[in-house]
Amino acid sequence: MIDPVALWTVIILLGVGSFALRFVFLGLIGDRPLPPWVLRHLRYTAVAVLPGLVAPLVIWPEATGGALDAPRMAAAVVTLGAGLLTRNVLLSICLGAATLYGGLYLLG
Amino acid sequence: MATETTKSIFWQGVRDGAPFILVIVPFSTLFGVVATEAGLSVFETLTMSVLVIAGAAQFTAVELLRNDVPTLIALVSALAVNLRMAMYSASLTPYLGKATLGQRAWAAYFLVDQTYACSVLKYEQNPDWSIGQRLTYFFAVAVPICPLWYLFTVIGALIGNSIPESFALDFAIPITFLALIAPMLRTRAHLAAAFVSVVAALLLNGVVYNLGLLVAGILGMMAGAQVELIDSRRAEQEGGA
Repeated sequence: MIDPVALWTVIILLGVGSFALRFVFLGLIGDRPLPPWVLRHLRYTAVAVLPGLVAPLVIWPEATGGALDAPRMAAAVVTLGAGLLTRNVLLSICLGAATLYGGLYLLG
Repeated sequence: MATETTKSIFWQGVRDGAPFILVIVPFSTLFGVVATEAGLSVFETLTMSVLVIAGAAQFTAVELLRNDVPTLIALVSALAVNLRMAMYSASLTPYLGKATLGQRAWAAYFLVDQTYACSVLKYEQNPDWSIGQRLTYFFAVAVPICPLWYLFTVIGALIGNSIPESFALDFAIPITFLALIAPMLRTRAHLAAAFVSVVAALLLNGVVYNLGLLVAGILGMMAGAQVELIDSRRAEQEGGA
């Protein structure tokens, strides 16, 4: 169970912080340009944080107590492959979910 | 005549935003389901969607909180996912910087992937648009998107309360993230960032307070920026030779 104080702290501060990130240049900095090296790093934030978040969840799924799990691994591979080939987020989620349920049905 | 033009620009924005409904509806529903599975109430789930309006960051926060990660780490990790918003903000500033402070504040609130992507494209194509027309277009793109984000978060939260455990929803978050990540891997630099992030996160798994994820994120960003620099220098040399 998530501690309510921790949850509300994150909800409120994440809201405020996300707004601040969206407002910082538009609202405060105006027309002054950013140093190129800052922009260059900002470009890769999402693609640097999300894979690091996902990788341990795929390799050590908590539903199996951290043991490598064939249906979940297959679902991850299919989702990633479909995403790379089609660039279609929804289709990839559907194919990944289908693989997961198919695998759980066959092996479970 | 001016009002007519502005009116047509409004509908142009709504039309350009409309296809994203197909993405927004299932994605916000999924967030509602995952959040309630993690123990959030419907009200808590909706509040998060209204205050944050950023799917990936919301999923990140819920996933980390569910695993009892310290509050500060959950917050910083989710904010790191949203750092791209600062880049959007910087990139729109030349077009919207002259709007009033209130208008810029509202634009900042509604600055999401879709409003950014549509607007920056149209502003480049229509350099003669007035500031009013630019704002009209921007908010028009948000019209079919943001209200549905809130609404389907609630619907997902209501559904989530009635889904049994056997549905393996533990894996909804990894699948969603993988589907989001794959289309981002457009260049060698993006691939390098993702690869370094994965390796670092796996090696540092179990480091106290989930600091491993933050280190992996920083290393990934540096890798991406560095490869971009190398590749652009190489392209310059080949172009000059």
